[in-house]
Amino acid sequence: MAFAAFSTTAAPTSSDSVKKKSPVALLLLLPGILYLVLFFLAPLVSLLLTSFKVPAEFGDIGEFSYAFRWENYTDVITAYWPHILRSFGYAITATFFALIISYPLAYFIGVKARRWPLLQSLALVMVVAPFFISFLLRTLAWKQIFADESFLVTSLKAVSLLAPDAHVTGTAFSVIFGLTYNFIPFMTLPLYTTLERLDVRYLEAGSDLYASPFHVFRKVTIPLSMPGIVAGTLLTFIPAAGDYINASREFLGGTGTQMMGNVIEANFLVLQNFPAGAALSIILMSAILVMVSIYVKKSGTEDLL
Amino acid sequence: MKHSISKWVLPAYSALALLILMIPIGYTFVYSFNDSLKSNITWRGFTFDKWLNVCNVQNGAVCEAFGNSIFIGVVATVLATTLGTMIAIAMVRYRFKFRSQLSLFLFLPMATPEVVLGAGLAAQFLSIGVPKDMLTIILAHTMFCISFVVVAVKARVASLDPALEEAGRDLYGSALQVFLRITFPLLLPGILAAALLSFALSFDDFIITNFNSGAVSTFPKYIWVSAARGIPAEANVLASAVFIFALIIVVTVQVSGAARAKRLEKLHQAGVN
Repeated sequence: MAFAAFSTTAAPTSSDSVKKKSPVALLLLLPGILYLVLFFLAPLVSLLLTSFKVPAEFGDIGEFSYAFRWENYTDVITAYWPHILRSFGYAITATFFALIISYPLAYFIGVKARRWPLLQSLALVMVVAPFFISFLLRTLAWKQIFADESFLVTSLKAVSLLAPDAHVTGTAFSVIFGLTYNFIPFMTLPLYTTLERLDVRYLEAGSDLYASPFHVFRKVTIPLSMPGIVAGTLLTFIPAAGDYINASREFLGGTGTQMMGNVIEANFLVLQNFPAGAALSIILMSAILVMVSIYVKKSGTEDLL
Repeated sequence: MKHSISKWVLPAYSALALLILMIPIGYTFVYSFNDSLKSNITWRGFTFDKWLNVCNVQNGAVCEAFGNSIFIGVVATVLATTLGTMIAIAMVRYRFKFRSQLSLFLFLPMATPEVVLGAGLAAQFLSIGVPKDMLTIILAHTMFCISFVVVAVKARVASLDPALEEAGRDLYGSALQVFLRITFPLLLPGILAAALLSFALSFDDFIITNFNSGAVSTFPKYIWVSAARGIPAEANVLASAVFIFALIIVVTVQVSGAARAKRLEKLHQAGVN
């Protein structure tokens, strides 16, 4: 599992030979699996069925009956293609920046700070600290920092680094910034867990063989930290693509930055157009599944899943 | 000269990156002391007032939402931790058919965007006619916490030496006794860590909650709804208090973990000598 990268302590002592067959296993598994079938799998089926529904005859707004209307999909793609492209564009950009920003940080904590365990723990606590404060409030804090009348924006305008009539909030920049910020811990943690186990003797061997530092990094460090890179990018990309908090108008977004999550939310909770929301959810999920499986195949880390 | 500069690039960069990570936390904390009126955007002066009278604003709407979030978090955590721990024990300890399929199935809820999980549950509750309230939020939160609990507890079960349980059975302990006196106490740190993670996930969840909450307010939902008309400083107070509380827990766990490792090392050395 890609998420197993989070756990550093897994030292499997119970090998397959110890494992036994017993009806107890079924008893232990059944309640949890049944729960997930009822509240994870069945809802996905409901979502699929809902996505083909048509408005009920003589029904009110929000009343639909079962049908098999494929056109629901072409309808939402025609209406919302900019949102679909934007979701994946923003998510990929944010994942890229999160990786670029997190890698040196994780390298410092996991490799350079090994000699100072206290510094290492302090840095790790700082990486996860944003999790302890409300996601919405920390996003709103950036909104206020980037507001038109804020100290930062007025100063940038005073030194002409920003046009006098420019806005920071409500732009693609601020949404991508918010996504990057909010998911950096998800990127840094798995990178840290693989880099922490990196054997520096490999790097020394590389430079002993007259490889430049850049060459050692590209040919040794990066390949050895691939599991962390894959886990981190997935943990960032998947929630970023479906996020609707950062792009919301009340937070860092504007009318021109709405993502798929915003449209799904609006169709479900405001417009009560459940089939459209469901069709968009199915498109989002299938696109992510396709992109993730191609990515995992290309990076050669299938065994992680 | 060039060498000494390049030595400082990475630490300086890391310090800067960590500092930027802290900015919204510091902002939220500082503005919990703002003598604000309705919205908490401009600085109007320092006060302890909001910390002392957290529940007095809007007839205690913030505190009600906060209380709901804690209640939902506790119930969902108990449910998810129980179900998830059972699955984790079964997966490490027993052989059964379809285990790789089961692994994939347990991985899927973590790989599905929250908006899809939320919309799916909303569609399901709608089609079977279940009204959205506290119960639907708890059902939703339990669902997305189970997989995380399985991952966290599985690592702990895998590092547990089966010989300890065998010893218990050899000494004529019944299956229940062995579980209660040996397995469970040894798994407890892993289970507690999983429970904390689960509570944190539930407490801060907005995306799924928003789809399945109906008229019930939770702390994140309260912030979302108030964002349009301004969030009172009391919300900052509660968020800051949670932050400090979580920080204390994490530091305690880290320190006690380090102390335990030291103790074990000493024991080990005594055994070797």
